[in-house]
Amino acid sequence: MKKITRKFVISVATGAFLAVGLTATVMAATPQPGGTLSFVVASKIPSYDGHQETTFGMGHPIRPFYSLLIRVNPENPADPADFKCDLCEGDVPEATDGGTKYTFKIRSGITFHDGTPLTSADIKATYDKIIFPPEGVPSSRKAFFKMVDSVEAPDANTVVFNLKFPSGAFIPAVATPFNFVYSKKDLDAHGYDWHKKNINGTGPYIFIEDIPGQHVLGKKNPNYHFEGRPYLDGFKAISAPKMAVRINAIRGNQASIEFRGFPPKARDDMVNALGDKLTVQESDWNCVLMSTVNTKRPPFDDIRVRQALTLAVDRYAGSKYLSQIAIVKTVGGLVFPGHPLAASQEELEQLIGYSRDIEASRAKARALLKEAGVPEGFKFVFNNRGVDQPYKVVGTWLVDQWRKVGLDPQQTVKPSPQFYATLRKQFDFDVSIDFNCQSVINPIADVSKFLCSAGNNYSQCESQEVEDLYNTLMRAETLDEQRSIMRQYEKAALDFASGAITLWWYKINPHREYVKGWKIAPSHYLNQHLDNVWCTDGKCS
Amino acid sequence: MAIAQTAIENIVPEETRDPWYVQFWGLVRRQPLGAAGGLVVLIMLFATIFAEVLSPYDPEMISFEHMLVAPNADFWMGTDAFGRDILTRIIYGARTALFVGFTAAFVGSTLGLILGVASAYFGGIFDLVVQRLVDILMAFPLIVLALAVVATLGAGTLNVVIAITIPFIPQCARVVRSSALAIREIPYVDAARALGFGHSRIILRHMVPNVMAPYLIMLTTFVGHAILLEASLSYLGLGVQEPTAAWGLMLQGGAEEFAESAPWVPIFPGLAITLAVFGFNLFGDALRDLLDPRLRAR
Repeated sequence: MKKITRKFVISVATGAFLAVGLTATVMAATPQPGGTLSFVVASKIPSYDGHQETTFGMGHPIRPFYSLLIRVNPENPADPADFKCDLCEGDVPEATDGGTKYTFKIRSGITFHDGTPLTSADIKATYDKIIFPPEGVPSSRKAFFKMVDSVEAPDANTVVFNLKFPSGAFIPAVATPFNFVYSKKDLDAHGYDWHKKNINGTGPYIFIEDIPGQHVLGKKNPNYHFEGRPYLDGFKAISAPKMAVRINAIRGNQASIEFRGFPPKARDDMVNALGDKLTVQESDWNCVLMSTVNTKRPPFDDIRVRQALTLAVDRYAGSKYLSQIAIVKTVGGLVFPGHPLAASQEELEQLIGYSRDIEASRAKARALLKEAGVPEGFKFVFNNRGVDQPYKVVGTWLVDQWRKVGLDPQQTVKPSPQFYATLRKQFDFDVSIDFNCQSVINPIADVSKFLCSAGNNYSQCESQEVEDLYNTLMRAETLDEQRSIMRQYEKAALDFASGAITLWWYKINPHREYVKGWKIAPSHYLNQHLDNVWCTDGKCS
Repeated sequence: MAIAQTAIENIVPEETRDPWYVQFWGLVRRQPLGAAGGLVVLIMLFATIFAEVLSPYDPEMISFEHMLVAPNADFWMGTDAFGRDILTRIIYGARTALFVGFTAAFVGSTLGLILGVASAYFGGIFDLVVQRLVDILMAFPLIVLALAVVATLGAGTLNVVIAITIPFIPQCARVVRSSALAIREIPYVDAARALGFGHSRIILRHMVPNVMAPYLIMLTTFVGHAILLEASLSYLGLGVQEPTAAWGLMLQGGAEEFAESAPWVPIFPGLAITLAVFGFNLFGDALRDLLDPRLRAR
């Protein structure tokens, strides 16, 4: 009896303990409404127009005011093929008509923040602006939609995209988080410039104010189309260009999170200081720093000199050490590492600049330079951007790598506007840091940067071979076919060496543990609508 | 004639000059702080000249095997995030600091000297215009003016020198002009003019040598200021560029990220800047005391 009683007591106690624990777990996992999330943003807002801008400085504070037609699954943002409807209804549609037609059904009852009802005409007007902008109207992602022939709105709740050819790159392009859906009424009444300075979306938050250099404020949209969301009453995006300020804001609980990412040392310091009050999320990052060579300037018009530059770089050692001090880590080719279209390690090591035998690579680089008549200690201008992470760190490392093959790069670090002017307009550089940062992982679109004809390729190169391979790649239908052509394209582009990959970025987001619902994505542009973010126990205020 | 010679000898007794080291020691005793400043300047000069011999490592060579090593027997001041020896970079950084400091201070002070003396000598409309320009330039704080210049010209060592030189010109011109105004009224200037000497000869041969005291004082003060400005510009990312060893740049790379985990990264360059500026300021003060007859008597 005694034994039975004891067993019973233990069982009840265990049951009670489990029940309490389970309840606590469920409670902790149940979103709690209320509060204002404060987060810090390192960059400024050039304009509010998502179709034009490419920076997280605009994306983080402005994205929550808008909706998209489809978006990456907020619960699974790391999956490059998991998309969910935002303004559309049901599941993301499959292609019909031999892969050339996508029909989206639009949700009913959605209104813009000014009260205008949303219809398919707004979606059509938005995508017409993105894909077919009139001359002089900038659209940064127009090239993503090369396969689109037309957009139609046959009725108030249906949008049809007609493609010129089937393409696996279409759906990821639609999910790009900069494709804010605008009101046709605003576009018709105010023109294509209006959204640069004005905000009217259907997003989870309504714009309150933007005080440049201070903050952007948003409040909950009570008519948001996902019931019960957003959980927060509002958000405050605090402008903080200096990293020390951003770190201290989180440490001092003036801000709860920063969405771009911190370097490893900052993470370690914050973890040491805050312990279990901090949660750290980490991910590979669909962003890579490159060296772009000005192929119009001798001796870089000689392919041997360009190849020597990439052969000199020890990416594996760089990954090992730079990952301890900078937001870079992964060695990869043109495609986001880990994606089915990315090169395997074995394939990678066959590419120029990726051999494990760095001494042999550098010996070859020296031989190529000698063959091309480049003297020992040859000086050239290396243009870099005045941003520490990771530009200046990687730039200093590259200088050291190139010196190891007898070159003498003269690094000139410039503030962002001057850096961009040099890279994109004046072309007064020999070699420049460049980047390829994308949002949705869409390798076929992402690798277009290596096309000499691409608007964002600043090497002034010409290579028909690379162009032809890309056109074939665009039309490849099966994954196997895409993969095979991607390897050829990758080899051709890297051999041509007008641009070379350095290291892929690595995203580290330490944030206050009470911030829930936000899941790290492989891009700092993704998953920033904040409609599923909430805070425990009213700790956001 | 013999009587006159005897009279002069009676009036001015033969001077018994002490050996140089005795005079030097006397100077050190009279100006201990200035001597300390001078010692710092001397150490900097020595480090600059013999950097290759003194430095144990290459200042720019990355050595990841030694990244962020704390001060120890091999690396007296530790290493930075790229594994570079901080002591070596401080020694080479002295070269950058002195190059920028001396060049900017010398060019700025000399141009200011010429402008100030010419302004005082010519007077009238020329003086009025020059002084109003000086007023405009002096209305901006040094760092703001330097920032504006470097923002226009771009970063880099030479541009930093130009950016620092420009704010020094009006400062020196204003001080020198006030001394030159008094000299302009002295009869020997009138005499030179009466003898038909040209303006440039009067300015350079007769006026400039008489304003050398304020000029030299400004020069030494400016060196300290220039070192600080160079460090500030480099800290802001607008000055000397990586991988060149420069104190401000070393501070910029380390202050934010490694203040807690590797404090030696920002501490030593910070100390080097402080010591150098302190040394030049003390030296400049002592020089002023020595060159100013009113202060010399104290």
